[in-house]
Amino acid sequence: MIQTRLAWLVVLLLWALPLSESARAAESGPPSYFAWKAENFAIEEPLGGMVGDPVRGRAIAADQMRGNCLACHQLPFVEEKFHGNLGPPLAGIASRQQVGMIRLHVVDQSRFNPETVMPGFYRPAQQLNRVEKKLEGKTFLSAQDIEDVVAWLATLK
Amino acid sequence: MNKQCRICCLSLVSLTVVFPVRAELVKSGYEYLTPEMQAMQDDDFGNPGMIVVDQGAALFIQPDGEGKSCGSCHGEDGSKLDTKQLARYPVYNEQLKQPLTLRQRIILCRNTLLNVPALEYADQEALQLEAFVRHLAHGETVDVDVSGPLAPYYRAGETLFRSRYGQVDIACHQCHDYHAGKNFRGQVLTQGQTNGLPAYRFTEGQVAGTHERFTQCLSKLRAEPYAPGSDEYVNLEVYMNARSNGLKIETPAIRY
Repeated sequence: MIQTRLAWLVVLLLWALPLSESARAAESGPPSYFAWKAENFAIEEPLGGMVGDPVRGRAIAADQMRGNCLACHQLPFVEEKFHGNLGPPLAGIASRQQVGMIRLHVVDQSRFNPETVMPGFYRPAQQLNRVEKKLEGKTFLSAQDIEDVVAWLATLK
Repeated sequence: MNKQCRICCLSLVSLTVVFPVRAELVKSGYEYLTPEMQAMQDDDFGNPGMIVVDQGAALFIQPDGEGKSCGSCHGEDGSKLDTKQLARYPVYNEQLKQPLTLRQRIILCRNTLLNVPALEYADQEALQLEAFVRHLAHGETVDVDVSGPLAPYYRAGETLFRSRYGQVDIACHQCHDYHAGKNFRGQVLTQGQTNGLPAYRFTEGQVAGTHERFTQCLSKLRAEPYAPGSDEYVNLEVYMNARSNGLKIETPAIRY
């Protein structure tokens, strides 16, 4: 009796396994790209109408695998060492720039400086050259990530 | 001083500002290291890259089935190799009608003259031999002649150097021509000169040759790398080595 039950369990598991995998794939599939428009060196509308979370944004800025803003910018992060200096310091950025301009800086800095070394964190994927196979068609940060970072930068007054 | 003379003087001054002497512009990655790291590179016992050079030295005199080795022709310690010629690589090979990098030259030599299993470009043994042979030319001045048949390969390499790559979407020259000396987090960006390659990198914890280094760079840009020994990498090496003309070979160098 126990053996039959175990056998059924195995069958059930084998059946459920590929199903759950495909469900996960559908969830994490290629994220949709939200078109944006820059006017007067600013993107006024949040990407995809999303609401940013400054706490998440701060974490993304320090995360080496995501924003990694510290690699090039000095930030008001006392707990982190070795801030880069390829870009300008960002403390007080929100008293110097409007949020829409900050958003365009993060989305595509080349709109300000064609020779910039700042990654285009939300540059259209079709503009990119020889992207690593597993990242093809994806932006550096998601629209939600961008809005989080912008919301955090807007607190730096 | 009349007006024409003044204009002439002014334009001369501005010319020297816009086009400074090239030799002053080219700086080895060594100059961007901390004094401690420089001391480490200069000490053969402290330099981790010397391990790979030693491995290459052992391979150089390892006899094949018939008792022949690289050392049979070039001297046990490689002393019969012309170090000035080593500093000229990549060179154009008239028979093959293509450029040859130093590593390609070594592989070609071994695979045709020795009775050993064929070496591939990406093999660790190929890197070790290259490190040993290039170390023989330590202190020699890089001298790649791109005025002759290498010219089209040099130009193709320069195009690659100035092309944006990957999800990060940056070209090599944007960091290494414009931002050398600045801090990228804990690293100091250098001009990306190749005079120290193969070199030991702290961030990777291993010795990398020129093509391995290209792959590391492209991976950082989240780009699909080319294959070691591919035409693209060979062209890029022609350009990069010629870009380092005038610098002293430091193999094995230490870099961030």
